[in-house]
Amino acid sequence: MSRFSVAVGEAWKDRRRLLLSWFALPLSLVAALLLGAIMMLALGANPITGYNALIVGAFDGSYALGSTAVRAAPLLLVAVGICVAFRANVFNIGGEGQLAMGGLASSATALALPNLPSIELIPLVLLAGAAGGAAWGAIPGAFKAYFNVNEILSTIMLNLVAVQIMNWLLAGPMVDKTQNSTYGLIPETRLLPRASWLPILIPNTQLHLGVLIAVVVAVGVWVLIYRTSFGFRIQAVGLSRDASRYAGMPVKRTMTLAMTISGAMCGLAGALLVFGSISHRMVTDGSLTGFTGSDGFNGIVVALFGALNPLWTIISAFLFGGLLVGGDALQVATGVPADMVTALEGLVVVFVVSLEYMRRRSRTTSSPSRRSRARPTEPVAPAESLVTADERSDP
Amino acid sequence: MSQFFTYAVLTATVASALGLAAPFLLAALGETVGQRSGVINLGVDGIMLLSAFTTYFTALKTGNLLFAVLVGMGTGAVMGIVTAFISVTLKAEQGISGIGVYLFGLGFSDLMFIKLVGTPLPINSLNPINIPLLDRIPAVGGMFFKQTILVYVAFLLVPVVTFVLNRTTFGMKVRASGENPAAADSVGVNVARIRWSTVLIGCTLAGLAGAALLLYDGIFQENLTQSEGFIAVALVYFGAWRPTGVMGGSVLYGLTIAVVLEWKSLGIIPLSASDLAATAPAVITILALLTIARRFRQPAALGKPYERGG
Repeated sequence: MSRFSVAVGEAWKDRRRLLLSWFALPLSLVAALLLGAIMMLALGANPITGYNALIVGAFDGSYALGSTAVRAAPLLLVAVGICVAFRANVFNIGGEGQLAMGGLASSATALALPNLPSIELIPLVLLAGAAGGAAWGAIPGAFKAYFNVNEILSTIMLNLVAVQIMNWLLAGPMVDKTQNSTYGLIPETRLLPRASWLPILIPNTQLHLGVLIAVVVAVGVWVLIYRTSFGFRIQAVGLSRDASRYAGMPVKRTMTLAMTISGAMCGLAGALLVFGSISHRMVTDGSLTGFTGSDGFNGIVVALFGALNPLWTIISAFLFGGLLVGGDALQVATGVPADMVTALEGLVVVFVVSLEYMRRRSRTTSSPSRRSRARPTEPVAPAESLVTADERSDP
Repeated sequence: MSQFFTYAVLTATVASALGLAAPFLLAALGETVGQRSGVINLGVDGIMLLSAFTTYFTALKTGNLLFAVLVGMGTGAVMGIVTAFISVTLKAEQGISGIGVYLFGLGFSDLMFIKLVGTPLPINSLNPINIPLLDRIPAVGGMFFKQTILVYVAFLLVPVVTFVLNRTTFGMKVRASGENPAAADSVGVNVARIRWSTVLIGCTLAGLAGAALLLYDGIFQENLTQSEGFIAVALVYFGAWRPTGVMGGSVLYGLTIAVVLEWKSLGIIPLSASDLAATAPAVITILALLTIARRFRQPAALGKPYERGG
């Protein structure tokens, strides 16, 4: 076992060098921002005015910082969830659906228990949110582990199912029947019990308890991945399913669990979106994005930019939360729509994965003697690809 | 329910199902070609959004729909160059880079839409082309032979892609690159060039799919595709990497959407329940993935960048 763990540790270090490089990350962001500046110029806006407005809107003053932190909290949770799944070599792009299911489960719990005090109700609704997301993450996890179903496809299909369930519940069983509207009922819940609202931590800002919870959870997940035997198992399974099975690990159960935890994080994020909202209701405009603000996808960018490490992800979430908050200020100042931030995120992702190859290539052509001394157990083949891992079917 | 099973309603439902299926089919056929050569492209949805916008914008400014469709295809081809460069030349992790392309397309298409158009104006739709004689066959004519040109193109591409993949040298090289790129390389197949061309074909078809979707709806809006591009990727698995299977999946999708829409407008199912009925295609796809993953094997090198001597 000890020799095995050394080998996995070595291989893991190697893989981390492969996937994530400190150099590539800031460079990707700068390159994306430069392209953004060109876009602004092309659209007749002044990029300096634009980025200045973005930075001021996101980070200047306690109110702006509070808004950024609030925007970052669900992003952080989604990203941490993606880190866990990614460590097991499962790619969770079902965050959108898991967010919605978490929001629905937590809203339903709050509506069912209107008379509980805050101290009991808030933990309960957060747990309910996590449970809702966990259920929605466990399905693709189990399908991948036991039936070899590509998780990228199943999670996207489950997003499509989740949005319809959300629309149905919020327009039907969970709709606020007390609203008086002549044009039919708005698909939204009743005002949630006041005891379930996440308390504001700093007066005159939006900063609520959810931010603290998200950071604590991120640290907890870091401990789980890097300091527990379960986390070690997740990493081992992610590196090589065959080797892990050979070492007697429950490979399929570990993959399912990793995906379940990932879903739970997203579900918790969904609960934060509901109980930290200004309206204190769960509302749908008919699309998933209307509720999630695309956080299921934004979280992927945050996780990637956080080097797939929950601690770095805290900083990354704050940065991208700031971009999203500042995007609105940018729109006001220059007339360039805030959608530019989404486009920039896409560019960051593309640059991060593209620069990775350049780094890998420069590394393999660098002095071999130094490398062999540093890592004698370096594997010949690069770590297996995410997308193809599922075809290596377990016999 | 009885008002659904009338001649006119059934014919109209099938006809609109084929129109709805065409974008899925075009995008999924393109993705099939790419995946058979070993490249998985998850950016289809973003490419469809971009080309839907350029098609819309061109149609709005020039009024020439055919030219607009060509611009849409051209947008797809440009994105194909980007995708091929990332996936083939830079050998990036394809699952993640595709999400990047998707996010870029999602953000950029809406950015351009708000900035350049602002208020959504409808454009002319493509006129259906009646196939002489065939369109007069009772029932069948109304269902199949009064469609727009893009629907005909989509369905005619099915035998074309099947033939190219299975009966031509190019198709053999494509399949070899997807199954065993090292072996293909050893007999002189330029794997990178083959993959570049399949990605270009795939993305151009994704562009055409975006144009077809836009012209079916007649108007652009934020996130017009509603994940149709991702569904197209799933349909490739659904169809077990065979064009005819992909066609079956696309028609199933189109049919379910058309039937739910029709039931909704006829008041057969209450509005709220129609949300649940709309989950049917996704649930069917998941169930299909469960069985197909066991019965069929995906191209052995799918998603794996090829490196010589690796």
